[in-house]
Amino acid sequence: MSFLQQKTLSGARVKHFKNTENCASVEIPLPKEVCISMSQHMGPPCKPTVAKGDSVKVGTLIGDSDAFLSAPIHSSVSGTVKDVTELVTSNGARTQVVIIETDGEQAVEEGIQPPVVSNHPEFVKAIRASGLVGLGGAGFPTHIKMNPKNLSEVDTLVVNAAECEPYITSDYRTIVERSQDILDGIEAIKKYVGISQVKIAVENNKPQAIELLRRLTAEDPSIEVCSLRSIYPKGAEKVTTYETTGRVIQEGMLPSDVGVIVENVTTTAFIGQYMRTGMPLVSKCLTVDGDAIAEPKNVIVPVGTHYADLVAFCGGYKKPPKKMLMGGPMMGIAVFDDAYPVLKNNNALLVFSAEKVYVSEEHACIRCGRCMSACPYQLMPRQIEVAAKNNDIEKLKKLKVMLCMECGCCSYVCPAKRNLTFSNKLAKQQLRAATAKK
Amino acid sequence: MATNVTENQAAVAEKLMITPSPHVKDSIDTKQIMLTVVAALIPAMLAAIYYFGFRTLIMTAVSAAACVVFEYLFNMVTKREQSIGDCSAIVTGVILAFNVPVTLPIWMLIFGDFIAIVVVKCLFGGIGCNFANPAATARIFLLVSFAGQMTHWIAPHSAIDSVATATPLSIIASGEGTLPSVMDMLLGNRGGSMGETCALALIIGGVFLIWKGIIYWQIPVSVIASVFVFALLFGENPVYAILSGGVMIGAFFMATDYSTSPVTGKGKIVFGIGIGFITMVIRTFCNYPEGMSFAILLMNILTPHIDSLTINKPFGAVFENKSKKEGA
Repeated sequence: MSFLQQKTLSGARVKHFKNTENCASVEIPLPKEVCISMSQHMGPPCKPTVAKGDSVKVGTLIGDSDAFLSAPIHSSVSGTVKDVTELVTSNGARTQVVIIETDGEQAVEEGIQPPVVSNHPEFVKAIRASGLVGLGGAGFPTHIKMNPKNLSEVDTLVVNAAECEPYITSDYRTIVERSQDILDGIEAIKKYVGISQVKIAVENNKPQAIELLRRLTAEDPSIEVCSLRSIYPKGAEKVTTYETTGRVIQEGMLPSDVGVIVENVTTTAFIGQYMRTGMPLVSKCLTVDGDAIAEPKNVIVPVGTHYADLVAFCGGYKKPPKKMLMGGPMMGIAVFDDAYPVLKNNNALLVFSAEKVYVSEEHACIRCGRCMSACPYQLMPRQIEVAAKNNDIEKLKKLKVMLCMECGCCSYVCPAKRNLTFSNKLAKQQLRAATAKK
Repeated sequence: MATNVTENQAAVAEKLMITPSPHVKDSIDTKQIMLTVVAALIPAMLAAIYYFGFRTLIMTAVSAAACVVFEYLFNMVTKREQSIGDCSAIVTGVILAFNVPVTLPIWMLIFGDFIAIVVVKCLFGGIGCNFANPAATARIFLLVSFAGQMTHWIAPHSAIDSVATATPLSIIASGEGTLPSVMDMLLGNRGGSMGETCALALIIGGVFLIWKGIIYWQIPVSVIASVFVFALLFGENPVYAILSGGVMIGAFFMATDYSTSPVTGKGKIVFGIGIGFITMVIRTFCNYPEGMSFAILLMNILTPHIDSLTINKPFGAVFENKSKKEGA
């Protein structure tokens, strides 16, 4: 634990609101239809492999891609493909979706059986076939993480169970309900990727989770459960890596460049479960919370379930909804329509009424420096905002705006209520556009 | 259990709102910060009332009100968005009042408020944009314009029309008269501007601000430490140097002004050392017995340069000209 004595990275003291931590996850009754997006991972979207009228079963491959950075997509229900169409996402992009009408049978695709794995390439292949992506939110295809270029140098697995976003408790429920899956997943990764030490990172606002994991891993000296101070964002990949191992992932590096693989705890649990059953990633546990939700719950849903069905299962809207978030309040994306479907990497659906929705005008910057002190990477959001406004590309480069992970701390702490995270985001695009021109 | 999605969609779609993340914000705002600073000045206000009478309270209230009125009028005349709600004008007014002798005619103080708010702050773009500290600049303006009245100090607990007394700094500068004891210096039982004499009250207020996270420790610590060190080097008594004049109010409440001080930690230390150095140079080698306001103003001018020379090195950043690997 000596490394924890090192300077820890800063952040924002965000209130936790872990209202649903004691809500055991429940399965949603099968919806009438699901709408499965072809863009459920970081990277180019998949192409549908089914057409209108095809009948599918649970686990049937319905989308795949040749691109390196991609993961296949499977049907989460059994039924008939009603349509293959397009959907406008909240960032304005269009994405293909496969709409499947359920038949209520939930028949499982033939040939689904535990993968036969004896070495590293087979393991990577099996993980790719499972369609697994990072379930913490980013949706990075897991098989790519499991297959680093410098395989022999990778010695550490960081299991990220920090769950630093307010409201979300789905990872916590995974720890409590699926601890054996987590341990199996860790075992599999250790065995096939050649890992010698495992760090499980949990924020100290989840003492039961820490206690449970410490008890379960007490006999294994290679696994350490690290309790992190609950200052948002301890679950950000570079932050978690630094706080658990002391290793600094530099600009442009991947975690594997410092010998680390970072996996979300639910991703790890899925690996454990998949090695046992062979069932691809077709369902996801989501925290449904927010003041507009009548009965906040942790719900296990088939991928592609409409948010409206999820809300209906949680008692419907208690108050008129004003803002609907896919993910947590710090980094989550606001969606404009509750017909939007659940994606693999979703971990929460938060719905707030008008009284909980924060609206304020931006005021003049008073140069208090709070944005800078809250930034885990010590970036200077206000200076970036000014440089972007002046279109000063050299200054943007010097201020290292590309390091920004858009965690939201600067906007959160700003007393002048400036949307600094957003201006950072725009500055990154500005810099990208300027460098692309050359 | 499944709902008819399309029906629901029509009901909800129009009402949902889209904003960039994050979707929650801390409750603190500019007004709360400014009012916390005002609260931190209360101990010094009480000390001023105790030593120099109720006229200090009246002057402070008038000064704060005048600042707010000037800002209001400026915004009205120039058709700008009204900004008095952030309460920063109150802070300027209180600090300027603390920087003048209790005997100063009130119209002169109001004139100082005009300089601070209209000339120094609003004409440069208002809060966050002014490059010079409004209170320090206005004090210098008053000192230069009304040299007699601005240096007419009276002894604590004496009537407003009583004979002028010397401040510890003028005693040190001239070498005539007896200095108060260190305890009197700490408690503020000495001649001087009405809010600057009680070092203890200012330290209590300053530590409160650091504890509340409103100001950072770097500026006050580096100002006080460098005044102490340079006093030693210049052959002065360092304890009297830090307890006399405007060092405490300057270090905790004026040099720490957000708009006019560097934002980076390193920059704040450079800024503080600069203030300490210039203060002691003026005190020791120049005609003025006190140099705190001049030092703050001079370092204000350097602030943009200090800022651009002390840019943070972000976590994990790699700069092209350095090939060596660097840690955090």
